[in-house]
Amino acid sequence: MGQKVNAIKLDEKDNVAVALETLKVGEPLSIKGGIKEINVLKKIPYGHKVAIAPIPKAGKVIKYGECMGIATMDIAIGDHVHVLNVRGLTEEDKSFQKEVY
Amino acid sequence: MRTFEGYRRANGSIGVRNHIIVINTVGELAGFTNKLAGLVPGVIPVVHQAGQAQYSEDSDQTIKTLVGTAGHANVSAALFLGMGSKDPAEGIVETLKKDGHHVHSIIFDKDKSITECLKEGKAWLESALERSKREKTEKADISELIIGLECGGSDAWSGITANPSIGALSDLIVEDGGTSILAETTEAVGAEHILANRAVNQEVGNRFLEIVKRYEQRAKAVGEDIKAANPSPGNKTGGLTTLEEKSLGCIKKGGNSTLMEVIDYAHKPREKGFVFMDTPGYDVESVVGLVAGGAQIVLFSTGKGSPTGSPIAPVIKIGTNPKLYENMPEHIDVNAGKIIDQNYTIDQIGEEIYTKIIQVANGEITASEKYKNHEFSIWRLAETQ
Repeated sequence: MGQKVNAIKLDEKDNVAVALETLKVGEPLSIKGGIKEINVLKKIPYGHKVAIAPIPKAGKVIKYGECMGIATMDIAIGDHVHVLNVRGLTEEDKSFQKEVY
Repeated sequence: MRTFEGYRRANGSIGVRNHIIVINTVGELAGFTNKLAGLVPGVIPVVHQAGQAQYSEDSDQTIKTLVGTAGHANVSAALFLGMGSKDPAEGIVETLKKDGHHVHSIIFDKDKSITECLKEGKAWLESALERSKREKTEKADISELIIGLECGGSDAWSGITANPSIGALSDLIVEDGGTSILAETTEAVGAEHILANRAVNQEVGNRFLEIVKRYEQRAKAVGEDIKAANPSPGNKTGGLTTLEEKSLGCIKKGGNSTLMEVIDYAHKPREKGFVFMDTPGYDVESVVGLVAGGAQIVLFSTGKGSPTGSPIAPVIKIGTNPKLYENMPEHIDVNAGKIIDQNYTIDQIGEEIYTKIIQVANGEITASEKYKNHEFSIWRLAETQ
């Protein structure tokens, strides 16, 4: 692949990648490490997140290998992951996380 | 095994610099501290405004910081300037001498003219400088290094390029038996449960949760709700969605290693490995605490080019984006922006930082040293009397 890398996955476990440049609708994602056939569904400004795995409603959004939020609706691969479809953790989520670890 | 050439001190610690410093115990002597350092080229002034009219929690913190600073492994000799009969300078010097440090104090008092004080100080510094030139370096192992982890003037790239790269480096240092200290309690709010879960035992985890809670309550007491105010609208425009995400971007400077210990401001770690120090988010006060706690080198990620340095420890600046490196290359030691425009990986930049640490430990001058950025300020806790 001679293509320039345009997004970065910060941890193996992540289900989102971060755009290294503003990504246009339909643009293929090129992530260093594991390349997947993903086309961007919405414009993703640089520094913003794009889903690289489907995230179901109430599922964990994983960045840095850690849970950084909860999906408030189903998020498709290639979709913009931000305040419209993700919420922060409640104290309840955190205590639940603790039991998991 | 990676090694470096350092200065072995009488107490067994090892320094990466051989500084001669002059340091004031009270703010009133800030001007004379600068003046005296100026009389002997090569002497570094360590100047602050604290030490006077403080309640005990602050005067204790000031003394702890001054002792850690003057007794630092990077310091060959330290001259204290104090004022009046109750000044702590003589007591500090006695403490440091017992630990084998080359220190001296001069008290400005009504019995002696200022000219006399300056003359005495100049003579002592000149002889200390001569003495330091005879000190030789010896080979030391990486496991003797303590690396401070800091950020300042962050931007939307900090949590994507520079901080994770510092995290990769921190894990490498810990694997090699060394110590890294993460700081800035403010920045951990929202992700405290993640670091607490990585603690070596419940006691350390609880201690971490405690200091974050204490910080949040202090902020609330002056009307600031950190959790409600973050991520800010600007953060959201930059792509940050939740407080957890913002805090993770900062605490990932600590990599994925086990949290071994939580220490107070300016205190020395007892454990090796990954450690957290309770400091404010203000970079100057945080770096001063890390260095007083024994960090010989500080890593500092910046997106806006914060020039913060240290009079004692080399500060290695890690730039977060290519534009910053293009605009101010003279301020940046490692360009993590290459992750954005040159296909570098986080691990590659982590390795590059490691190489830089060895070079700097062996004497290579960092950008902030070249410009003599000697910022020094002690974290204040209470009101001034």
